[in-house]
Amino acid sequence: MNKHVKGVSEALAGLESGMTIMLGGFGLCGIPENCINKMVELGVNNLTCISNNAGVDDFGLGLLLQKHQIKKMISSYVGENDEFERQMLSGELEVDLIPQGSLAARCYMGGAGVPAFFTPAGYGTEVGEGKEVRYFNGKPHLLESALTADYAIVKAWKGDRFGNLVYKGTARNFNPAMAMAGKITIAEVEELVEPGELDPNFIHTPGIFVQRIFQGDKYEKRIEQRTVRTKSES
Amino acid sequence: MLDKNGIAQRIAQEMKDGWYVNLGIGIPTLVANYIPEDVNVVFQSENGILGMGPFPYDGEEDADLINAGKQTITALPGACIFDSATSFAMIRGQHIQMTVLGAMEVSDNGDIANWKIPGRMVKGMGGAMDLVASADNIIVAMMHTNKKGHSKLLRQCSLPLTGVSCVKRVVTNLAVLDITDLGFKLIERAPGVSVDEIKNSTEGRLIIEGEIPEMKI
Repeated sequence: MNKHVKGVSEALAGLESGMTIMLGGFGLCGIPENCINKMVELGVNNLTCISNNAGVDDFGLGLLLQKHQIKKMISSYVGENDEFERQMLSGELEVDLIPQGSLAARCYMGGAGVPAFFTPAGYGTEVGEGKEVRYFNGKPHLLESALTADYAIVKAWKGDRFGNLVYKGTARNFNPAMAMAGKITIAEVEELVEPGELDPNFIHTPGIFVQRIFQGDKYEKRIEQRTVRTKSES
Repeated sequence: MLDKNGIAQRIAQEMKDGWYVNLGIGIPTLVANYIPEDVNVVFQSENGILGMGPFPYDGEEDADLINAGKQTITALPGACIFDSATSFAMIRGQHIQMTVLGAMEVSDNGDIANWKIPGRMVKGMGGAMDLVASADNIIVAMMHTNKKGHSKLLRQCSLPLTGVSCVKRVVTNLAVLDITDLGFKLIERAPGVSVDEIKNSTEGRLIIEGEIPEMKI
């Protein structure tokens, strides 16, 4: 049951060019920084990346884009990245945009053994083109397929050697659903603790979904839209 | 005529005590500033929080606590945090009582377009398609006309759709309008705006019945 690996190199062992990789995070919040940096260093390419967003030019998945390591992105929103835009418009990068709730559900279902499901999201839009439509309770729904990945890479706040994970704040986002959907799921955590230290009542991702876990370092946790009020405001 | 804050202020009057509400990016975000004191609503942000509070004080921002616009936020007492799949279960499962979002175009049968302009960089639909496909109570907050002065309230949307027959009410700088089987029904005029001005700025079918009251802001 010991899922602990020494560091990011051991965690990413076997990750090769051409694979499909899920990466948790929403914007730059809760992204697996250590693994992304290592993937840049390893130079793996032709990757299909499933991630809600695509980072910014010089951080997160933007770093992999800079090095042309991504062949296809499957996301719901990719707005904050100039290099992404350039590669998409020039046709170098394939992009599949899907509704955010469908993306989350497709990952969750992929991990839950449900190969497809019906959702109302996207009916009557381009998203529905070519998809089976069926009416339930008088309302049209689209058939969407589940997603799985060769590797799912998630970031948690704390985790133990059994792979149990706890996230902090809205850094949870896509991480739990993606953790379920990887053939191999890698968790990088800010703090690795001993089994028993995490309250079993408050585990967010049960360790069964995680194959490898390590404690990352030097988390930058960049803020994309720093928005504050001053003390004088009510 | 209203400014963006005025539109938000008018929409805030729609909120009912005890509702869970999702506010989109742009004008909808401003709605939170105008909720009456005796009305308790809980704001959801679809990246995974119920009970979203105001922006943090300078120096207290937390990279692990953001809203769907990626802005730093706070969590109010009683807030809860969850993952994206659970968040959209709340949305799709119709547990959210009201959704407010912006739009580029709305048609008089309630279609909405707000995610894509052909020939321009496509940023993606984010959670908008899930939100409009499921919510019973969708209010669009937008300016009545675009930057070229063309109506955004149309007989038929020209841009790629986000959802079909889903918008219930539109609040613009000029008017409050409900979507009915026969088109946009004029409910209220913005302060100082005449029915004729609204007529001239509305391309879709417009229904005007009796005296149209002015908004109380």
